[in-house]
Amino acid sequence: MFSGFMINAWQVGTIVAIVAGVVGFVVVLRGDVFAAHAVPNGAFAGAAGASVVGLSPLLGLGLFALVAALGIGVLRRFGQRDATTALVLVLSLATGSALLSQSTQYASSAYALLFGEILGVSSAHLIPLLTLGAICVGVVALRWRAILLSAVTPDIASARGVPQGRLDTIFLVVVALATAMTVPVVGALLVFSLIVGPPAAARLLVSRPGPAIGLATLLSLVVLWSALVAAYETNWPVGFFVSTGSAIVYLVARGINHSVAP
Amino acid sequence: MGWFFASGFFTSPPVQVALVIGAVAATVCAVVGVVAMVRGLAFAGHALTDVAATGGSGAVLVGASPLGGFLGGALVGAGAIALAGHGPQQRRDVATGIVLSAATGLSALFLYLDATTNATTGVTQRVLFGSLFGASPSTVPVAIELGAATLLLTAVIARPLVLSSLSRELARARGIPVGVVSGVFLVTLAMAVGLSALTIGSLLSTALVVGPAAAAVRVTTRMSYALVIASGIGIVSTWLGITLAYDSYNWMPHNQSLPVSFFVVVDVAVAYGLCSLVAARRARGHHV
Repeated sequence: MFSGFMINAWQVGTIVAIVAGVVGFVVVLRGDVFAAHAVPNGAFAGAAGASVVGLSPLLGLGLFALVAALGIGVLRRFGQRDATTALVLVLSLATGSALLSQSTQYASSAYALLFGEILGVSSAHLIPLLTLGAICVGVVALRWRAILLSAVTPDIASARGVPQGRLDTIFLVVVALATAMTVPVVGALLVFSLIVGPPAAARLLVSRPGPAIGLATLLSLVVLWSALVAAYETNWPVGFFVSTGSAIVYLVARGINHSVAP
Repeated sequence: MGWFFASGFFTSPPVQVALVIGAVAATVCAVVGVVAMVRGLAFAGHALTDVAATGGSGAVLVGASPLGGFLGGALVGAGAIALAGHGPQQRRDVATGIVLSAATGLSALFLYLDATTNATTGVTQRVLFGSLFGASPSTVPVAIELGAATLLLTAVIARPLVLSSLSRELARARGIPVGVVSGVFLVTLAMAVGLSALTIGSLLSTALVVGPAAAAVRVTTRMSYALVIASGIGIVSTWLGITLAYDSYNWMPHNQSLPVSFFVVVDVAVAYGLCSLVAARRARGHHV
């Protein structure tokens, strides 16, 4: 379990879980759950395109996740926030499926891209992943006060001169970067589980933002590590265990929250 | 018209089946979608499609009918979302997200087991992205009945539904059981999603539920107009998508045609873009 390809899986999984915990906390705080679900699907189209033309999947993932994030950011300023997000989402998925339909030898890669393939991660990915992860966490740390203020009281934030529109875009870019690094591990459809489940649970348990983001990261690590162990033991897809773990963590947190403050 | 409708288009049985099922699904989704838009249920509508995928992939695993699987999945999902989602929008979104994520994880497991135990290739693409040309003629009557049932159910609750969508308090004051109405509406939404999941695949059925309705709501504020416009956009997008997919066999190198769902989604997105432009132009006109 701690040799060969699994070493990569442990290292990459740990980085991914930390970034997902930090970024996910802000996603839940800002109520950007739907956007966080849509952006990874843009990444899916990118990875599919990259595999058809023979480019590095990580490059395709990053590029298309950025396009999807910026698309959502621009379009939703014109109103109908959820509807435009949904349309960007289905357009990305449709593009991905059209690209995959053009290459018969990649028939099984659709599954890997959508639901993850922990074995597909090589040690060459480690440095790019560390860099991307550091950027994501760094941006959140730098803009921490502005993010908190605009999420909790948007009016006061505007009055204080926090540029809401720009902050929105910056944050969507962070989600895109976090997504690009998470997709190869847990898949485009399940990035979302890790980004929403543990942070939502942490928010239910702790109300102060500092401790809550710490708890979110911790829970996310626990979920990912146990998913790795379970996937290794059963050979079942790791994404299944990640999403089940996230749901369990959230349900337990909700139960505790309910019994403490009914 | 020969250049547009490639030879054999109208005489091909799979195309005929696709045109009928596509039109039924598009109409039902458009009608239910308009109400979903007014109620702010775009995310829930999308989440149901992913839960439907879980049902669909589970059905393949046990050898049950795909429509039954999609429908069952969507109904269970609707129940879960109704149970979990109370309170303000933000909290409802998170609860919907958790249901969505748990269902997607189960899909991952089912599709994996489908591929390993039944040795069925391409099951991921078929369940998630649909295969309108692969629908069997025997599903036509079932689809029409299901579509009619969904529209009927929506018509029965139409008045209380519209009133409670526009003002919850007013509806409650009039003695309308708001909770029951919204529960029944989630059921109709699930039925529409199950139907369209069969047509353009579960991941993309969001396009038929959200797209035409969102476009229609941009250009009109009257419910009846919105229903007609949304159904029109849905049917035209679906039929155009079927035609283009059929034609794409001739355009693409190696005669590797593009999927129907891809064209349907692009058509819907273009329609939404056009309606947004119309709305923007009109808004500018009013200000001047």
